[in-house]
Amino acid sequence: MSDQSVKPIVEMKNIEKHFGNIIALAGVSFNINPGECHCLLGDNGAGKSTFIKTMSGVHKPTKGEIFFEGKPMSFNSPRDSMEAGIATVFQDLAMIPLMSVTRNFFMGREPTKGKGIFKRFDIDFANSVCMEEMRKMGINLRGPDQAVGTLSGGERQTVAIARAVYFGAKVLILDEPTSALGVRQTSNVLATIDKVRNQGIGVVFISHNVRHALAVGDRFTVLNRGKTLGTAQRGEITPEELQDMMAGGQQLASLEGSLGGTV
Amino acid sequence: MGDIAQSVADERIKEEPFLTRLMKRPELGALAGVVLVTIFFAITADSAMFTLSGILNFMTPAAQLGILAIGAAMLMIGGEFDLSIGSMVAFAGLFFGVCVVTWGLPLIVSIPLTFIFAAGVGAINGTIVIRSGLPSFIVTLAFLFILRGLSLVGLKIATGGSTQLRGVRDAIEGDPLAPFFSGDAFSGLFLKLAELGIIDSFKNGSPKVSGLPVEILWYIAIALIATYILLRTSIGNWIFATGGDSNAASNSGVPVKKVKVALFMVTACCAAMVAIITVMDTGSTDSRRGFMKEFEAIIAAVIGGCLLTGGYGSAIGAFFGSVIFGMVVIGLTYTDFDQDWFQVFLGAMLLIAVLFNNAIRKRVTGER
Ligand SMILES: Nc1ncnc2c1ncn2[C@@H]1O[C@H](COP(=O)(O)OP(=O)(O)OP(=O)(O)O)[C@@H](O)[C@H]1O
Ligand SMILES: [Mg+2]
Repeated sequence: MSDQSVKPIVEMKNIEKHFGNIIALAGVSFNINPGECHCLLGDNGAGKSTFIKTMSGVHKPTKGEIFFEGKPMSFNSPRDSMEAGIATVFQDLAMIPLMSVTRNFFMGREPTKGKGIFKRFDIDFANSVCMEEMRKMGINLRGPDQAVGTLSGGERQTVAIARAVYFGAKVLILDEPTSALGVRQTSNVLATIDKVRNQGIGVVFISHNVRHALAVGDRFTVLNRGKTLGTAQRGEITPEELQDMMAGGQQLASLEGSLGGTV
Repeated sequence: MGDIAQSVADERIKEEPFLTRLMKRPELGALAGVVLVTIFFAITADSAMFTLSGILNFMTPAAQLGILAIGAAMLMIGGEFDLSIGSMVAFAGLFFGVCVVTWGLPLIVSIPLTFIFAAGVGAINGTIVIRSGLPSFIVTLAFLFILRGLSLVGLKIATGGSTQLRGVRDAIEGDPLAPFFSGDAFSGLFLKLAELGIIDSFKNGSPKVSGLPVEILWYIAIALIATYILLRTSIGNWIFATGGDSNAASNSGVPVKKVKVALFMVTACCAAMVAIITVMDTGSTDSRRGFMKEFEAIIAAVIGGCLLTGGYGSAIGAFFGSVIFGMVVIGLTYTDFDQDWFQVFLGAMLLIAVLFNNAIRKRVTGER
């Protein structure tokens, strides 16, 4: 999937992001091709979330260039990147607890019916789509009007994933989407990643779980302290090597010994 | 919801009683309040309070407050406050008065100009809040004084030293737009009803109530439009999202800044609406117009179910909240109680409403 003839959907070159005197990203290059799952890995605080936020228009990079389908692009807001076809599951999920599942699902992109001043939010359509998409992810909602605040952590995460899958026309970014999910829902999410990848969508998948990453990843990029440690193709790297790189290049072997190989 | 929602029966749902479902609506508290206050005055007040003229008597101040309260409620749902709306009434009143009296402009020009002017001030308010990231509470508190002061100074300049600008009534005499903003509507209908004996009339046959004050019609119309916008349009969804969590809303593609500035403009326009109606009604404007109305409007919105933290509330609730207000202010004059109980009543209502809303919010968010 990564042969050179394929043009990347998004290409990011030497992205730097500074927050005041903190350098969160110190020149990261990354690209995502159509139909591949590119895993972004790294320790806590490595800069993964910050990096994908520059891709989804939340942060403007301090330095560096972003190309979308070959053209230089500067997203001024998440809305811009969404309109370009990039959908994101943020680590904090970006959900409003007081609002219903449906209203959260379609927040910012409400389906409408009617014309002119009678253009209105098509709630019936929104409700049925929302229930349907949630069931595809293996969760039966009690009702589309249930407030998100009353959902369990995993249910909430599933709403966020279902929403991004529904709206991710070209790129789907998932920032630790499975951290709160049960076994069945996790395998559902991994299967969904595989499905949308086969439809030609580029998936950026952040995870701390090597097995999840290896299960679906085509390429693996490891970040460490705001820099890339390198990108590896599927099959070029062993799980152990990947694990060590993710831990910031430090050997986990000694620790692993004492934990009986459970990490 | 469609059949899809029902097709998968879930054994983990209890049938929700109608009453609990109702409890989850933000405006329920205010509706219950209206019922309680009505019962209270039905017992204590002179029966004249609930005749047609008595009802219109308390609905008129309710309408003037309610138009402000609906704007304030929408802004509160969007997560911000505007403490300057009372002063805005005076300021917009001054601008409108100057348009009509000093410049002699017809209403068809003066009214849109006043709204544009108010929207401009609202936009300044909103932009400062957004750009500075300061709480709107403090920014608009500054404008509470700035606008009140400007109204005073402006009035003195416009009138050559007085704090009251008169002559509006003469200036708008015969203007075709005047009946839409002042006086009574449906007077023909009321005359007919009096002739038929359906409503009370004086000895000479003219009805005791000559018509429906136009502000009540505006009040109802604005409440309906606001409710429609909040519950049935995309913008409504954006307002709830913005107030619920502006960061999450923005990350989900809601144009949070635009929503907030627009809400400040709408609130200011509601103040301008009240200014236009009251200035035309009384024929004059003065610097004390709208004094303390910002607090009353916010109280009415809170009684109507708005959370101080944003993201939850209703325009219909604010409507009922201001009905309660009007009933209490005017109703006390129909009783033997000292009128100054009004403030005690108000404070108590506010406290009960906040406690009630807090409990409701915990229910909705599943006590997390
Ligand atoms: N808004 C901000 N202001 C200041 N510093 C920030 C900001 N956002 C992130 N940082 C810093 O940038 C660094 C990278 O953070 P980031 O959230 O991208 O890490 P991460 O790789 O996603 O970690 P995790 O695996 O824990 O989610 C951290 O040191 C963090 O403190
Ligand atoms: Mg992160």
